[in-house]
Amino acid sequence: MGNGDSLFFSRVLTELTLSFHIIYATIGVGVPLMIMIAQWVGIKKQDEHYILLARRWTRGFVITVAVGVVTGTAIGLQLSLLWPNFMELAGNVIALPLFMETFAFFFEAIFLGIYIYTWDRFKNQKKHLLLLIPVAIGASFSAVFITIVNAFMSAPQGFDLVNGELVNVSPLVAMFNPAMPTKVAHVLVTAYMTSAFVLASIGAFRLLKGSDHTYHKKALFLMMKLGLIFSIATAVIGDFSGKYLAQYQPEKLAAAEWHFESEKGAPLILYGVLDNGEVKYALKIPSALSVLAHGVPNAEVTGLNEFPKDEVPPLYIHYLFDSMVTIGMGMTALALVYVIGTWRKWRFVVSKWFRWLLVLGGPLSIIAIETGWWLTEVGRQPWVLRGILRTKDAATTSGHVDTMLLLFACLYLILGVGSVVVLIRMFRKNSVEQELEDRASEKAGDIR
Amino acid sequence: MTLEILGISVLGMFLFGYIIVASIDFGAGFFNAFSTVTGKQHILTKIIHRYLSPVWEVTNVFLVFFFVGMVGFFPKTAYYYGTTLLVPASIAIILLAIRGAYYAFTTYGGLKHKRYTILYGLTGLFIPASLSSVLTISEGGFVTMEKADPVLDYWALFTSPLSWSIVVLSLTAVLYISAVFLTWYANHAKDEAATELLRKYALVWAGPAIITAAGIIVEMKGHNPEHYQRLLDLWWLFALSVVLFAGTVYCIWKRRAYGLAFGLLVGQFALAFLAYGASHYPYLLYPYLTLYDSFTNQSMAIALVVAFIAGLGLLIPSLYLLLRLFLFNKEYVEGNRNDEHA
Ligand code: HDD
Ligand code: HEM
Ligand code: HEM
Repeated sequence: MGNGDSLFFSRVLTELTLSFHIIYATIGVGVPLMIMIAQWVGIKKQDEHYILLARRWTRGFVITVAVGVVTGTAIGLQLSLLWPNFMELAGNVIALPLFMETFAFFFEAIFLGIYIYTWDRFKNQKKHLLLLIPVAIGASFSAVFITIVNAFMSAPQGFDLVNGELVNVSPLVAMFNPAMPTKVAHVLVTAYMTSAFVLASIGAFRLLKGSDHTYHKKALFLMMKLGLIFSIATAVIGDFSGKYLAQYQPEKLAAAEWHFESEKGAPLILYGVLDNGEVKYALKIPSALSVLAHGVPNAEVTGLNEFPKDEVPPLYIHYLFDSMVTIGMGMTALALVYVIGTWRKWRFVVSKWFRWLLVLGGPLSIIAIETGWWLTEVGRQPWVLRGILRTKDAATTSGHVDTMLLLFACLYLILGVGSVVVLIRMFRKNSVEQELEDRASEKAGDIR
Repeated sequence: MTLEILGISVLGMFLFGYIIVASIDFGAGFFNAFSTVTGKQHILTKIIHRYLSPVWEVTNVFLVFFFVGMVGFFPKTAYYYGTTLLVPASIAIILLAIRGAYYAFTTYGGLKHKRYTILYGLTGLFIPASLSSVLTISEGGFVTMEKADPVLDYWALFTSPLSWSIVVLSLTAVLYISAVFLTWYANHAKDEAATELLRKYALVWAGPAIITAAGIIVEMKGHNPEHYQRLLDLWWLFALSVVLFAGTVYCIWKRRAYGLAFGLLVGQFALAFLAYGASHYPYLLYPYLTLYDSFTNQSMAIALVVAFIAGLGLLIPSLYLLLRLFLFNKEYVEGNRNDEHA
């Protein structure tokens, strides 16, 4: 296998591992917060339903965490295995947040172990809830720290390169790079949004499949309300991300928008196809790109033609951007209609077709997460460290990457199928109705 | 103490922590599988699960901590080891992933099958075997520089007596450490049948563990004379370690002070680990890479040390809480608490 092949397969393997990890990681970041909110509502209202909600979600959460942990371990090691040159350089400058991330994991792992084994240990339920706070904090901070590393790749700073030597390294300046605020905020908020919609879609699905229990209705309503809040926040912060790009990575924004010539009052191009450099069949919103980039309708937006040809990212990221934004807008609208409709008792929000839309919300949010990351990573190409290190110079020189790709693909297949099968079986086996009864009789003192 | 030594000491601590907790975990999985095959499952399964369940994720973090810290303190290792370890490390990752995931699937997801139990037990042996190849490679002689890039000679590694002795040592050590710990734990839980069985395992694996360990030193003489000489210079540390080993075996043999026996075992391995590490100094990879030429810059090193101290301030109380609630909680250990998971 030649070096070119190593590069290609390293890319594919990185893409595969990260795309798989990010599904479980996103759930791992967002779900503890949802469990916390449900348990808190349950304790406040003294409503068994919410407590059971928290408990059942925790059970599912343990499974997703396990897959998140093992795939995270895989990507952590793979970064050094596949991109040794990059990690050597990055290790010198951006190792600090990576190192801090392990403490966040540690913290989360310890309290998760305690939390799941102490459901019936405390008389005072609030004490048990307290144990969940470090879990949620640990999970969110692991996202914060790893996203800082990723932000550094887009906007590296905090060091000087003199004759190929790194000097004047400042770890804190590297951490607080210009890409960091919007990226960290966007990643966190989208993780909460996605988790809320995923849990909502489970509730909607149970309702469709014949269980008319108020338990599911409460779950659905609570999660849609939270989803609404977080999806609005997502769109707002997404807008800031656009402004960040316009200022610091204009080539990425221009490629995502098929914006070739610099112009004032640039239109936002949605969908369409590219035919010999000409945009066709696209939806154009006048001046919207200028607003996204700079906040004013007649601001000038830099076009792609101003960049050297070998530094322009692949143009297909346009579709990735469109998918993400469409899903973001669509989910905000859906959640808004559902929440208002439920308050005002509109009939169609409990209809079958509408509930199917709610079921779709979970998978769609996950697709938005994936397309968002692909946009970020592919849009940074040809750089792995923007302006400093090209992806092709960072890959391993070792052979056998193709074989490893095959092995890992099998692994993810096993883990993906395994986790889904286990989750389905777990919730089939003990139904909500049965569990509510058990708990009621337990409380009354029939058992034990 | 220089920053280099401080850095490697921090990493050494976590690597040692991983060796102990992971050995307990791997060995427990193996004994569990073994007892399933020999029809003694009813004796062991409960005790093993009660210990493992709340802590398995913590075990994994020790490993993550070690390799992330390594890249942080010694970035050049990412280049040398990253390039050469692709295959062995990938295999270890895959096994670790299958093992971790299926542990969760069976424990929390109710996926119970004899096949998985056995698979789980076997991965516990293959993982230390594949991870131990890192140790072998670090002794030098398996990596050459081709066009300025390091390349691993798989055939040499696969046929080297040193590499197989290290594999065998890793296996015997895993089983011995695990058996001694679980004997204590079972005794703590007042489970006599399990204590007896595990005590037997501990005694069975004590001999092979010490013999294979001594064997490595002999192998080293042929493979890396420089390291061998430095090992001999530290003979007194090894001698102390053997004394502690004798103490453990004595306690277990006499059925007394199992807690002390485990303490002595940790001491034995700590001394041997320290002696091995100190004699490896200053090399991280013979003869290409030393502590000093792979070390990160001053400001990153200081930042990492500060983060480490702050992190420990957070971790130590949390770990203490975990141990108090589970390992040292009599009610929980004896199974009198009905602490089902979620
Ligand atoms: C549920 C998922 C989701 C949704 C609905 C959105 N995003 Fe997003 N977006 C992400 C999930 C995401 C992400 C996966 O989290 C990314 C990848 C890297 C990052 O920082 O966040 C991302 C990146 C990302 C970037 C690239 C940042 C960079 O490369 O530095 C921009 C410009 C936007 N988003 C803008 C938006 C806008 C204007 C949205 C309108 C509603 C939107 N996003 C919805
Ligand atoms: C910190 C070290 C990281 C390195 C070295 C790295 C490097 C890379 C490289 C080289 C690619 C291949 C891009 C291409 O060939 O088009 C890639 C893709 C990708 N990365 Fe990153 N990345 C890192 C961090 C992250 C983080 C934190 C995430 C978030 C989950 C992420 C998500 C992705 C995704 C989803 C892809 C697939 C995009 C595609 O389809 O090409 N990366 N990464
Ligand atoms: C280069 C990219 C990444 C690397 C190297 C990485 C590394 C890791 C590692 C080593 C673990 C296992 C830790 C353990 O043993 O407990 C892990 C799990 C986790 N990762 Fe990633 N990760 C990456 C991307 C991300 C991103 C982008 C997020 C969040 C948006 C994230 C969030 C998490 C979370 C929350 C966990 C804990 C498992 C869970 O709770 O589900 N990771 N990651």
